[in-house]
Amino acid sequence: MGIRERLSGNEAAAIAMKQINPDVVAAFPITPSTEIPQYFSTFVSNGSVDTEFVAVESEHSAMSACVGAESAGARAMTATSANGLSYMWEMIYIASSLRLPIVMSLVNRAVSGPLNIHCDHSDAMGARDSGWIMLFSENNQEAYDNLIMAHRIAEHKDVLLPLMVCQDGFITSHSIENIELIEDDKVKEFVGTYHPEHYLLNEKEQMAVGPLDVQPFLFEHKYQQAEAMRNAKKVIADVAKDFEKMTGRKYSFFEEYMLDDAEIAIVCMNSTAGTAKTVVDELRTNGVKAGLLKVRMFRPFPAEEIAEALGHLKAVAVMDRSDSLNGAGGALFEDVVSSMYVGQKQVPTVSYVYGIGGRDTTSKDIYEVYSYLQDVVKTGKIDNPYRYVGLRK
Amino acid sequence: MYNVKEVVANKPSRLTSGHRMCAGCGAPPVARMVLRALKPEDHAVISNATGCMEVSTFMYPYTAWTDSYIHTAFENAAATLSGAEAAYRSMKKQGKLPTEGDTKFIAFGGDGGTYDIGIQSLSGAMERGHDMVYVCYDNGAYMNTGIQRSSATPRFADTTTSPAGKVIPGKMQSRKDLTEVMASHHLPYVAQTIAFANFKDLYEKSEKAIYTEGACFLNVLAPCPRGWGYPTDMLMQINKLAVDTCYWPLYEVINGKYIINYKPAKKLPIEEFLRPQKRFKHMFQEGNEWMIEEFQKEVDKRWEELLALEEMSKEEK
Amino acid sequence: MSTKIDKNTPACDMTIAGNIYEAGNAMEFKTGDWRSIRPKYISEKCTQCGLCFPVCPDNAIPVGKDQKRTDFNYDYCKGCGVCAKVCPFKAIEMVDEGEK
Repeated sequence: MGIRERLSGNEAAAIAMKQINPDVVAAFPITPSTEIPQYFSTFVSNGSVDTEFVAVESEHSAMSACVGAESAGARAMTATSANGLSYMWEMIYIASSLRLPIVMSLVNRAVSGPLNIHCDHSDAMGARDSGWIMLFSENNQEAYDNLIMAHRIAEHKDVLLPLMVCQDGFITSHSIENIELIEDDKVKEFVGTYHPEHYLLNEKEQMAVGPLDVQPFLFEHKYQQAEAMRNAKKVIADVAKDFEKMTGRKYSFFEEYMLDDAEIAIVCMNSTAGTAKTVVDELRTNGVKAGLLKVRMFRPFPAEEIAEALGHLKAVAVMDRSDSLNGAGGALFEDVVSSMYVGQKQVPTVSYVYGIGGRDTTSKDIYEVYSYLQDVVKTGKIDNPYRYVGLRK
Repeated sequence: MYNVKEVVANKPSRLTSGHRMCAGCGAPPVARMVLRALKPEDHAVISNATGCMEVSTFMYPYTAWTDSYIHTAFENAAATLSGAEAAYRSMKKQGKLPTEGDTKFIAFGGDGGTYDIGIQSLSGAMERGHDMVYVCYDNGAYMNTGIQRSSATPRFADTTTSPAGKVIPGKMQSRKDLTEVMASHHLPYVAQTIAFANFKDLYEKSEKAIYTEGACFLNVLAPCPRGWGYPTDMLMQINKLAVDTCYWPLYEVINGKYIINYKPAKKLPIEEFLRPQKRFKHMFQEGNEWMIEEFQKEVDKRWEELLALEEMSKEEK
Repeated sequence: MSTKIDKNTPACDMTIAGNIYEAGNAMEFKTGDWRSIRPKYISEKCTQCGLCFPVCPDNAIPVGKDQKRTDFNYDYCKGCGVCAKVCPFKAIEMVDEGEK
């Protein structure tokens, strides 16, 4: 029945990695994800995993080594944040185009500049179209659970794509919370062993990876990648079902909190959902029909399902912890409104950018958002759809 | 004892025909001889930096490599291979691979992918001591993108980003000495070689590098007829001039000990190497004699330094 | 399978990621038509010294188990002339492509 523990988000991620026991981990220190390879190298030093830990000289090499290892036939994992992911940039696209099911912990942090080591989602949002499956986690439990499910999803023959599990830097990565861990043997059985069909170290079949792929071919290879991403939806749902059987913990593409009969709702990801739930509870006691949709599966984006889930609302606020600097709202906002437009759900929707560079987002801020949504419902008007909360203008 | 006929006859090429390197390119004979140094029964994983060699040997759907091969990007052939090597050690140790058989790890990169953009990845992988060989085929410029200067480009060379103009006569900076940089990593085996005469030097150094445990480095001069501006048939003559002028000394550093493998009976003046190459044409114009003098001075200085290093190694015993 | 892949192959029949599982299949790609001059092998003059064996960038000099070379493989020879230049016995002569 699980093991009760108290762990930080980073510890939870490291323990998940220990239980998965990957063949290779290549990582480079960067705040706030540093603790993950740190804890993990202790496991390596003490012989509690079989992993070869490659202490690379940069994140670019971390992802390159993961690509080399995974192509060779190994299970490879890494962890990073912010500028580390930026420095991997070239290689994250290559990892997904080579269809390598590498699993990464992304501990979300603001991408420079100016330099800031605290939480926002600008790192993840930059990678949103790189062909990685992206799962977001509200707390340490979800970060852990998502990692345990990761390989089953990424390595599925219909998918074969890399996967990143995101959690909020410091807010969850460094906060100690209660967590229920799964027993080692159960994790081992659930994750299973990796048997790639083709791999570099297969002496019986020489393979060549990473061609020059000219005009007659690249389009089709990209289409295959896009198809794999579409296929991932079903696999993610199936793996979640199995996971629920094992743990009793249910995971969907997104979590609907008091959404069924809601009139107004916030859409957000990661730890802010925790704060928003408290506010929803309080609003509900005051008779306000507020709800929340917390996106777990950001890539592939559950467009149809989100349109369906939000279609009945009178006003929606999509909260982005990253400013897209494009004059047209945050990345999550764009995805939500495009899903709703295509799904023919005409709901007044606004974009809220919040929490940049680790700015605290309190229940007061969340109240402000719901309060604006109430105004929208009342007046039927949106004076400015591109909004900020918690900012000194 | 090395016998070129025996080696070529008994060890089929592991880089096939049907690749699209230019006619007369200096790189394929190098890659081929490096791979011939593998024991025929050994499996190899080859990592290739983006560059001429990569785009012309693995153009979808054709690969000219008979071993497992991976190309990912320009600057990371070493890091990519270090991951594959770590995978090998991990999986071998866990019994996930057959206990029989040996896999060797070899990276190929041009000078751009090695001296410049790839130096961090190379330095990291070498310092970590992965059991691999990194082979730089140095043609002294970014040839794949159209002859731009690199840090391996010799001083005064005319390239498309260091053009010999009215005010600036070609590249004004000296060539980085990467072999020495790698020697400073205190690796078990570092060597500088070339496809020379019957390829003995190249073959034997490749064999040592591949079968010395740990991270080893080979720097191989590989002329580019397009970039250097000499007739395609002159490959082997240019190579010979490179060693006979001591522009490209053949030497090895074994656990820090320097051995010069070839000392020309008569060290030729550097003009002999420069003259056949269009990239140095401006150096032979009237009034530019100083450029040849400067070039010669630098070659002499580096050669003397190398002789001194060898002397010091002898004294150390 | 990969060798059947061409510009008309639909995505569903292409290998994923551009991987190729047939090592050395570039042999199916002939580069002989790049040639404007060709090497002519004059076997009577050849002493089988071996100097030309390793120099060919295109591996177009076939060498048998008997350690002897035979005539060029014109399917791949690009006509660079490196072999002719290293031959001390003038057993390789470069001639125009049309010439016999």
